[in-house]
Amino acid sequence: MGILITGLLLGGTYALIAMGLNLQYGMSRIMNLANGEILVAGGFAAFWFWTAGALSPLLTIFIVAPIAFLVNWLVYVIILRPLVKRAKSRGQLEVDAILTTFGLSFVAVGIMLATFGGDYFSYSYMLSPVELWGETYAVNRILAFIAAVIICGALYLWLNISRAGMSIRAIAVSPDSSRLVGIDVPKLSALAFALGGAVTAVGGALISTFLTLDASTGVIFTLKALVIVIMGGVGDVRGTIVAALLLGVLETFVARMIDPGLTLAAAYLLFILILLFRPQGLFGRRQS
Amino acid sequence: MSGMKKSDYQALSISALLLVIAICLPWIVGDFAVTLAVNMAMFTVLTTSWALFSGPTHYISLATAAFFGLGTYTMGLGLDYLPFWLLVPIAGIFGAIMAGIIGLATLRLSGVYFVIFTLGLAEMTRQIITYVQNATGQKGILISIWFEEPTFYWMLVALAALIFLVGWLIGRSRLGFALRIIGDDEEVARHSGINTALSKVLLFMIPGAVAAMTGAIIAPRYGYIEPLIAFTPMLSFQVVIMALLGGTGRLWGPLVGVIPFSILWELISASFPNQTTLLLGLSFLIIVYLLPQGFVGLLLKIKGKMRDGRGH
Repeated sequence: MGILITGLLLGGTYALIAMGLNLQYGMSRIMNLANGEILVAGGFAAFWFWTAGALSPLLTIFIVAPIAFLVNWLVYVIILRPLVKRAKSRGQLEVDAILTTFGLSFVAVGIMLATFGGDYFSYSYMLSPVELWGETYAVNRILAFIAAVIICGALYLWLNISRAGMSIRAIAVSPDSSRLVGIDVPKLSALAFALGGAVTAVGGALISTFLTLDASTGVIFTLKALVIVIMGGVGDVRGTIVAALLLGVLETFVARMIDPGLTLAAAYLLFILILLFRPQGLFGRRQS
Repeated sequence: MSGMKKSDYQALSISALLLVIAICLPWIVGDFAVTLAVNMAMFTVLTTSWALFSGPTHYISLATAAFFGLGTYTMGLGLDYLPFWLLVPIAGIFGAIMAGIIGLATLRLSGVYFVIFTLGLAEMTRQIITYVQNATGQKGILISIWFEEPTFYWMLVALAALIFLVGWLIGRSRLGFALRIIGDDEEVARHSGINTALSKVLLFMIPGAVAAMTGAIIAPRYGYIEPLIAFTPMLSFQVVIMALLGGTGRLWGPLVGVIPFSILWELISASFPNQTTLLLGLSFLIIVYLLPQGFVGLLLKIKGKMRDGRGH
């Protein structure tokens, strides 16, 4: 029971991070391998505001989100759009995007190493215990979970109800046809990319309240987010949430029962099973 | 196999000459340069075999570090029972098997899944080995044999010569032809009766075997092996950068990238050890935006322009 709840709490934050990647990969069609670095940057911001100004991470996210949105929008428009224009095929764009975002991720790690150094950073925020169904949990995990649920919910509603959200989902299904029905694909792709970055950075700020980060951990989170997105189905919001909760529970189980050093191996196990049996994602339909 | 043309003999004799020069190098240059040359030879081996697979298929493999680590561990654990010379090919077989399994799981699918899978492979293998070591109470492995730097260099040059030969043979074979078609258009390849998945898996086993053999050869140079040394994810990225910088369109392309990048890497890590990641990142961006075909593409373009210039 304790494992299940801790896992679900962790999975909630994972859902938020993976949602950010899904907006970038599923909707704007850029496989962003620098996603984890955005997360770490969000975590750094929360750490900095907390230690320097005692500003609660729950408030920091309102500063982090617009900045991350702007930075990601600029990255898309300046760096990635030329690649989208130049690419002759989807495959070509994928290779270019992978190489470019690898480049960006290394540059980001280099800059963070230079400014913050290579140390681990963590801070204690809301560490007081709370009892639920006979087990104790730290308040910060529960708060992060609630915040993640609220943001995920808002995002889900926005994608399903608003006009912009529906247009973005249309792009995810078919970018060529959405152009035909009058959707401004370049503008909305940039929007989806920027929004995805903002969501991931917020996820980073939330996760930093209860996990220890350092400048080069980004790639681990990129991997986990990728596994979640693929497991849930690319472009599928509901699938992403289910997959994130699943990974959270599995990881917690492995960490408690076998060894805390094996969390990535656990994620990989899920990944292999998905690749072998359901490469189209949990809820995806097999493409003919 | 088709007969040899005149240009083939020309290429062969040039290669033979270069090989002789490469072999004589340790007698010509100083000790420091030999150390650098060992690195260069190692990366020549790794990048050339990497490009054999990733060049025609456009699948970016980041599995090098995992295969390399596998080879290092094969050597480290096997030396108690078997001689060095037997363990190198055994490591190669292990590498090929591992590559085959990974290939069967991921190469049927789109390239992205493959990249993601190989991206975390070294890290995952490291976690598992660390776990096993903790569980059995073992720490690192001490390697009992040791060679002089030139010996490492010659072993790697021999391996490199072997890979060039294999690459040349593949280029002339049915498999090489099939792979070029897959690289151009996988749909077309499938319709012309090529088993695309099988061809890719077979080809992927080459860099797998070679990287494992390289790891096995290099292992005594470390003296002491532990997961953090054997599985450095950075190695995979260095290989990708050097190969793409040189260009994967020709067999000798990666070599053209290895030489300048190794020197640059040496300089940067000597004076700004913390900025190697930044260098790696900027190199990726330079390749995508300025050198999409690598140095080879640039050379061929210049050559083409010169020919056009003469024609007018």
